[in-house]
Amino acid sequence: MSQDTLFDKVWDLHKVSNLPGGSDQIFIGLHLIHEVTSPQAFGALKDKNLKVKFPNRTVATVDHIVPTDNQSRPFKDNLAEQMISTLEKNCLQHKIRFFNIGSGNQGIVHVVAPELGLTQPGMTIACGDSHTSTHGAFGSIAFGIGTSQVRDVLATQTIAMNKLKVRQIWCENQLSNGVYAKDLVLHIINKLGVKAGVGFAYEFAGPAINALSMEERMTICNMSIEGGARCGYINPDEKTYSYLKNKLCAPKNEHWNKALAWWKSLKSDENSIYDDVVKLDASKIEPTVTWGITPGQSVGINQQIPLLDDLSPNDKLVAEEAYEYMSFKPGQSIKNTPVEVCFIGSCTNGRISDLRVATEVLKGKKVSKNVKAFVVPGSEQVASEAKQEGLDKIFKDSGFQWREPGCSMCLAMNSDKLIGNQVSASSSNRNFKGRQGSPSGRTLLMSPAMVAAAAINGKVSDVREFIN
Amino acid sequence: MQSAFTPPSGKISQINGQCISLIGNDIDTDRIIPARFLKCVDFDSLGESVFEDDRKTLKGKHPFDLKENKKASILIVNSNFGCGSSREHAPQALMRWGIKAIIGESFADIFYSNCIAIGIPCFTLPKNSIQKIQKYEDNKFLFLEIDLKNSIAKSKDLNFNLEIKESSRKMFLSGEWDATSTLLANENLIENKLNDLPYLKFNNHLL
Repeated sequence: MSQDTLFDKVWDLHKVSNLPGGSDQIFIGLHLIHEVTSPQAFGALKDKNLKVKFPNRTVATVDHIVPTDNQSRPFKDNLAEQMISTLEKNCLQHKIRFFNIGSGNQGIVHVVAPELGLTQPGMTIACGDSHTSTHGAFGSIAFGIGTSQVRDVLATQTIAMNKLKVRQIWCENQLSNGVYAKDLVLHIINKLGVKAGVGFAYEFAGPAINALSMEERMTICNMSIEGGARCGYINPDEKTYSYLKNKLCAPKNEHWNKALAWWKSLKSDENSIYDDVVKLDASKIEPTVTWGITPGQSVGINQQIPLLDDLSPNDKLVAEEAYEYMSFKPGQSIKNTPVEVCFIGSCTNGRISDLRVATEVLKGKKVSKNVKAFVVPGSEQVASEAKQEGLDKIFKDSGFQWREPGCSMCLAMNSDKLIGNQVSASSSNRNFKGRQGSPSGRTLLMSPAMVAAAAINGKVSDVREFIN
Repeated sequence: MQSAFTPPSGKISQINGQCISLIGNDIDTDRIIPARFLKCVDFDSLGESVFEDDRKTLKGKHPFDLKENKKASILIVNSNFGCGSSREHAPQALMRWGIKAIIGESFADIFYSNCIAIGIPCFTLPKNSIQKIQKYEDNKFLFLEIDLKNSIAKSKDLNFNLEIKESSRKMFLSGEWDATSTLLANENLIENKLNDLPYLKFNNHLL
């Protein structure tokens, strides 16, 4: 059992009681809600005649269903309009702070909370969304919950949960040029598998992690869940503190000094005990692309799609399903696979640094005529910053469509969808069957820089040929 | 869709029913309920859309469309079932279709907690036992009697020792799987915790 890790410390700090069944009752420091997983929770409160216990500990925004082309109200899609209105009504009734469209602070919940300074080290953070693990980049313990647990957090500010084990993933050396946080996390998931993290929190550590910016760290923690780990985190350091300084909701003045002193005391001890430790060499990783129907099915850009015999017996069943669904042949190169749609955005890679990296590749170049390419900034803040830097113009000049903030084609709950069996190069996080809105649509996950390279060539390409 | 839906409530100690096998590893919650069906403010109509895209692809041959499975209530799955999105809509859709318990090689964490929170016990069995059930079903119907008190499942000629987290098993037996009231009972402890947490003091502009 782990001891003295950041996870142990934060968990113990938030433990309210041992429940009769043996689970722990854990206090949730920050609760984030959005329009998809909250309406039934508010409905359940009403049925049970309960109130929101601490309305100030919950913050709302709208992201999953928002259209990215025309956001004028009412939305064209009646169901989407009903969902945003329900959230507006619930927030108003229960006095919950809501960052709505046009507030300047709306966006994907996992982009918005960090950029507002709501996400801070040492907190427990829960949200009805599996990518809540993103917030672990700040040294918080953050995890996705379902709607019944959203109800419990609203009603009690606590949930019943069994403590997770802790696996440290030590990343030695540095990522090489043209290789990004997305490649690192895809590589980790490939090496460990999509279910290795079940029952674990992942602590990402080592020189390669320390070298990452806060936004890159968010990309890593964001995809912990794709490796099966409900929670992923990184010990906070100077980069964490300086990112938070002056953010809208971050502590100010004398509170800042108190916060800083406490945050600096928060990290895994040098002699802390982990349930498991895995080490890998980050310098060996290539730009990485998924070829299958789980985020673990990936290869380096210069590698071939694995043969069935190269896979472990447990991976063969899904591999066979993937070859068929993706129409790939075992042993085929991933490089030069034609793509029809290119998507840059999502809570994994829709932040300002992602847009900057993509425009470095796109500058002065044109998107292939066979490709529909679009970029969806992660938030209104990201969009506004990008415009100030002229990134929107670079995207538009290259042939990308510049859209309004939201989750968009990461999960295709709005009208941004693949059609038929189109192949997309996507900076999002899931390549599940049908994930991007068409039951036969095919998704290749990669870094935003690699999506930009694929958009220019109309096929999967090595971004290092563009930037060197 | 089966007859009118009544959600489970109170103590759950025994589940008897016909098994329905779904073969495949890493079956994610997008497949259990595609995202377009999440555009709703209640869970009521999700049952009919469970596995919608997989069912359309298999044109009537999906286990959830086979006539002989219409009354099944114990779902048999392989490994990492329910991975991906945290959408409770997935177990809600399964429950509204008629599933009352799931037995599998392994489950994704969030899916598992969602099932517990809505009253669907999830049990694990080793791969060979799961395959035995899945093979058995090729030939004839399998009815299982699940006894939560002793964590066993039996049929006329099969017996299995089921694994389930002890905390989940106890919650089903006591009826506390619907956690809200148990959590609320510690109201004073919750207030104390709120006052003790260091960061709430320097974030008091939010409170």
